[in-house]
Amino acid sequence: MAKVELRSVGKSFGDVPVLAGIDLDIADGEFLTLVGASGCGKSTLLRIIAGLEVQSSGSVLIDGAPVDHLRPHERRVAMVFQSYALYPHMRVFGNIALPLVMSRLGLFDRLPLLRALSLRRRRVMPEIAREVHAVAAQLQIDALLERRPSQLSGGQRQRVALGRAMVRQPAAFLMDEPLSNLDAKLRVHMRTELADLHARLGATFIYVTHDQIEAMTMSNRVAMMDNGAILQLGRPGDLYARPASVKVAQFIGTPAINLLPARVSAQHSVELFGAELPIRVPRPVGAALTLGIRPEAITPAPLGAPAAGRHVLVGRLHRSENLGAEYIVHVDLAQPASGVVICKIAADPESLVDGARDLALVFSPAACHVFDAEGHRIADAEVPNVASGVGAVSMSAVHP
Amino acid sequence: MTAAAAVATSATLPPRNRQQLIERLAGCGFAFPAFALLLLIDIIPLAVLLYLSFTDYQLGALDTHFLGLDNFAKALADPVFRRSITNTFVYVAIVLPLAVGLGLLIAVLLHGRKRTRSFYEVVYFLPVTSTLIAMATVWQFLLHPSLGPINGMLRTVGVHEIAFLSEPAYVLPTLAAIGIWHLVGFNMVLFLAGLSAIPRDLYEAAEIDGCRGGIDRFLTITWPLLGPTTMFVIVTTSITAFKVFDTVAVMTRGGPMGSSEVLLYAIYLEGYQYFHMGYAAALTLVFLVFVLLFSILQTFVLDRRVHY
Repeated sequence: MAKVELRSVGKSFGDVPVLAGIDLDIADGEFLTLVGASGCGKSTLLRIIAGLEVQSSGSVLIDGAPVDHLRPHERRVAMVFQSYALYPHMRVFGNIALPLVMSRLGLFDRLPLLRALSLRRRRVMPEIAREVHAVAAQLQIDALLERRPSQLSGGQRQRVALGRAMVRQPAAFLMDEPLSNLDAKLRVHMRTELADLHARLGATFIYVTHDQIEAMTMSNRVAMMDNGAILQLGRPGDLYARPASVKVAQFIGTPAINLLPARVSAQHSVELFGAELPIRVPRPVGAALTLGIRPEAITPAPLGAPAAGRHVLVGRLHRSENLGAEYIVHVDLAQPASGVVICKIAADPESLVDGARDLALVFSPAACHVFDAEGHRIADAEVPNVASGVGAVSMSAVHP
Repeated sequence: MTAAAAVATSATLPPRNRQQLIERLAGCGFAFPAFALLLLIDIIPLAVLLYLSFTDYQLGALDTHFLGLDNFAKALADPVFRRSITNTFVYVAIVLPLAVGLGLLIAVLLHGRKRTRSFYEVVYFLPVTSTLIAMATVWQFLLHPSLGPINGMLRTVGVHEIAFLSEPAYVLPTLAAIGIWHLVGFNMVLFLAGLSAIPRDLYEAAEIDGCRGGIDRFLTITWPLLGPTTMFVIVTTSITAFKVFDTVAVMTRGGPMGSSEVLLYAIYLEGYQYFHMGYAAALTLVFLVFVLLFSILQTFVLDRRVHY
């Protein structure tokens, strides 16, 4: 078990920069997820840690010691690939045993035909077999040891790949989108299993995914990457509750956050579609802002319903998607506002609309995220504890 | 009840039957051209060959006698034929491992190249595209004891000249070397295709799992995963080597002293020089049986080991 440190790791392919000086400390036993859209450099970073790719600058440290000069297998890391990369010509046993065979037997003991003469092999193999069986039992694949990878289902292959990683008892597990090739149901199941495995092994996990749900559900910390840089590093809850930028806000959470154009009013508060929200913004008057409101923070309501202390937008129901337990509601905003707002509610929105299919969208200013023109979070925007009247005023201002 | 059911089925059957009949006829129609060609090109000639091998038919002869198995008995006792079989096997034994091994070696070396790869591919593939008969003449010149540049080089190094094509001990290895030269490029291309089909992921996984160098990588990943390709290459190479003819016919005519007599050349002599068509047919049948046994053996023995 080990901590992994990255010191201004940079990488460029020819003239194309892929990673720009990444600094990252991963604690011993931590489950850290690198999340981001494809092409953001997260896989490259993982491959640099593994030693499969050489960084252009910077340094990787495992347990405080630089490993830049070490070959992948000398770094004591194990990797699980998206394709699982199982050796198709070997049985499951051979696949899991390979890392041990490679490290404990010399070339002579592994040569075809000649290996039959090796005394060392005869001594070491039972030991290896015992360890392989122990790992297989942990993953409940001990019945499959004699099968070939082509005879296994996706989930079983996944476990074999995990077993091959576990058998070496590595300092860190590197996982490159290991669940992407599974069907949706199995993915949910394997999420739990991976989290359990992490808890049981207590090892350092570095996990790459483009799926924010995987990042949110399994990790201790999440590093959201974009364009070769880490946008935000923090606990999953932090990324959701206090996104550092518009990009993070958009990436984390489903359906994606609603972004509305706003600006700084004369009273240094947020002005949304001509109405003032009780959010103080210490920025120059007139500066452009982006207001982010999560779909789950917006409650559709019948027009004219009391909304004390809260803000109201009016729109027309465009479409609603029934997910069983909840509805995803798409609302076209009415004048003077414009755009589409998506919200998530438990009740059928059809019961809320009036004859013209209009409804009110109620939200609390405290649930709003305020970003400046560059997309950075305005951290010192604050919502004073206001009287209910303010909400009513803004409501009448927006109401057509 | 049963009668009613029977009436019902008989009422519904005819259209379905007609549909089936049409489909069957259409199927036969589509299969017919291929079948006719197969019959004309393969099966009928084989049947004729089989028939001829039991007769004493000579090209142009007016009457032909049925001999039964006499031709085969004669072949077994014929020293020329027996020598030609031994020579052919020696030739295959030299060509097969070297043509396959070198093809694999060159393919593995070329697979890692990026810019120069296509250049080398063309260089190694050129012999395959050349006509062996024409090239045999070139080789004959190259290997000439007094005029050839190869012996010229040997002389400058101080080694006495070697009569590659007229010394009985050297002639088969020399012909085999030319055969290898002609085959390696083709095998290389097949191996290169096989190598490209191995996922990169596997090499990376192997590197993480502790494969240290080229030998580990080759033994753990490349060689086992090339199994199906290797099997195909071995089968095609051995059949091609078994059919050696052009170089013998052009360069040595079976000499010196029958030391380069090979199966196909013996058949050619019997059939087209001595016009013993019946006997040649019997020899051809023996040749076909050998090739067939070869392929069956390799397919059944190797097939079980290479597929995963």
